[in-house]
Amino acid sequence: MHSRRVAGVIITVVLAVSVGACAKKKPPVARPIPPPPPPASETAPPRPPAPPEPVRETPIPPEPVTSDPLTATDIDQINKNSPFQPIFYGFDSAEIDPEAQKLLNANAEILRKYPSWVITIEGHSDERGTAEYNLALGERRAAAARTYLVSLGIPGDRLKTVSYGKEFPFDPGHDEAAWAKNRRAHFVVTSK
Amino acid sequence: MTVTRSLTALLTLGAAVALAAQTPQAPAPQPPSTQQPEAITTTITGPPGLPPKIAVPDFIALSTDAETVAAAKAIGETLWDDLNFEREFYLIPRDTYRSIPQPASADQVALDRWKELGADGVVVGTIRKGPSGYVVEVRLMQVSGGRVAFGKQYSGSVNSVKDGGRVYAHTAADEIHQTQRGLRGVARTKLLFSSDRDGTRMKGPVGEREISNIYRSDYDGANQTRITYTASIDITPVWSPDGAQIAYTSWRSGYPDIIVQSMTTGTAPQKPAKGSPEVQNYLPAWSPDGTKIAFTSSRDGNQEIYYANRDGTGLRRVTNHPSIDVTPTWSPTGQQIAFVSDRTGRPQIYVVNIDGTGLNKITNEVACDRPTWSPAPFNEIAYTSQSGGGHDIRVYEFSTGQTRTITDGNGSNESPAFSPNGRHIAFSSDRSGREQVYIIDRDGKNLRQITKTGRNRYPNWSQ
Repeated sequence: MHSRRVAGVIITVVLAVSVGACAKKKPPVARPIPPPPPPASETAPPRPPAPPEPVRETPIPPEPVTSDPLTATDIDQINKNSPFQPIFYGFDSAEIDPEAQKLLNANAEILRKYPSWVITIEGHSDERGTAEYNLALGERRAAAARTYLVSLGIPGDRLKTVSYGKEFPFDPGHDEAAWAKNRRAHFVVTSK
Repeated sequence: MTVTRSLTALLTLGAAVALAAQTPQAPAPQPPSTQQPEAITTTITGPPGLPPKIAVPDFIALSTDAETVAAAKAIGETLWDDLNFEREFYLIPRDTYRSIPQPASADQVALDRWKELGADGVVVGTIRKGPSGYVVEVRLMQVSGGRVAFGKQYSGSVNSVKDGGRVYAHTAADEIHQTQRGLRGVARTKLLFSSDRDGTRMKGPVGEREISNIYRSDYDGANQTRITYTASIDITPVWSPDGAQIAYTSWRSGYPDIIVQSMTTGTAPQKPAKGSPEVQNYLPAWSPDGTKIAFTSSRDGNQEIYYANRDGTGLRRVTNHPSIDVTPTWSPTGQQIAFVSDRTGRPQIYVVNIDGTGLNKITNEVACDRPTWSPAPFNEIAYTSQSGGGHDIRVYEFSTGQTRTITDGNGSNESPAFSPNGRHIAFSSDRSGREQVYIIDRDGKNLRQITKTGRNRYPNWSQ
């Protein structure tokens, strides 16, 4: 009994310390996350239907979700005809430019419309950079897109990131047109 | 004859070296057990200033079965290649040996004929099939005088010639380099690389994607063997210094993490960096003493260099900067780490003490990546450097602060890895189409293509 209470106290302390430590180590750009709910593990069951979101722009109709093909189809089908627009980056850059912002705003709308969806943001690079550094650059690109979506109010635990560097070019070409398409972030629904 | 006498004497002295049967699962880079050093009294020399000229004809098959006869030829060919590789000897081309008849035994070598061909030394080898396996004898004979400069007897299992008896040639080549030239050869070393040659695809969000898995080969590209089997990407493999384990980056869990896998036992792979969707890790680098693994991780918010013990304990952070810090490599003493950072703009190579002090930028180029620190006695860092539309392998020399370009601007050349004696560099290049693994000498000579099938990248050289 006594020892159990002690253990409880210790756990509380440890949690508080680790949350504090995380917050301190975040770089300035990644700061704007409100106290996040506990991160969902990969195997977590799909979330229950969320309560109506208090959003301004998108009035959610009372019923129609069932008639929306995107709620009925499976994840593979959704990703095949993805409602999310990929965004593109400049050479050796993870900057979210105005064009990318516009696309991310639209992607945020979709995430608000389907509040149970969890997505993975894939960061990719073109072949002109070197392979190893591009793993970090892709990670930075995905993180930049995530930070922007979080700043729009999308909960951070719905936005996972992964970098593939230049492992998976979208366009196999070797010119600027191809490279521009390969410096990108994809938005992939990973649970719904 | 003096020839016969010295042969007999030396072969009696030479201890037999038992060679394990070379199976794909064997702990490849481990050398056979070493033996007592023996006094070497004869060194093959050439004219002043020139390398000794050596001939390596087919070995003499003392058994008549087809497998032994084939191995006798194959061992000679492989040994010729192995001895040629380090450029310590001038290897007389094998197609000029035709006029010299093969003797029936090692005691009947026509040394005068080899002298006519200009050889300073000739390798005389025999292979015999016994009830429990093969016995291979290798002698390096001084052509003028007939003294035996090197003589060893090796024995191996019945399976030891399945791949042409390469293990006999490789072992003899390393021992000849060691005893004759004081050089650590690389004939028994192995390469690791990643390849998509299997053709399996994984599901992607838009279309399917090629998987990559880890493969191993001999240093010269023979015996290419698949090591990992995942429907994901496994890349950037590295050997542990003792060759018993490999570490690599794998996306098999959906995010990049470091996997440590045994090459000798079936124990479950370990994840020393303890990755998760929030804690992603990549690009492992083994410390020279094999106790620690350095890697890149964004666990504290952005990419930094960390190291930990190979079991994941003792995690330490080396860098601390909001820019990208990535791609670590250890100095030969294990006291410093070189890495890539874009803290001053484009990515450049930096060196830092493992406690994070003493940061020093060593490149000022367009963009650099994948530093790889040479082993002693060289003190160099090879790296990828952006040049023109692609990349070349360059080498930075600490003693002079100078850099030199190893590759010739042909194609895009990336991901250099030193051989354990520092004389060769493996890298990937798309000069012939898709990316392939090549090896080249540290002076930019002797380019060799190692892989041909699929897309092959991220080579690493065993110790």
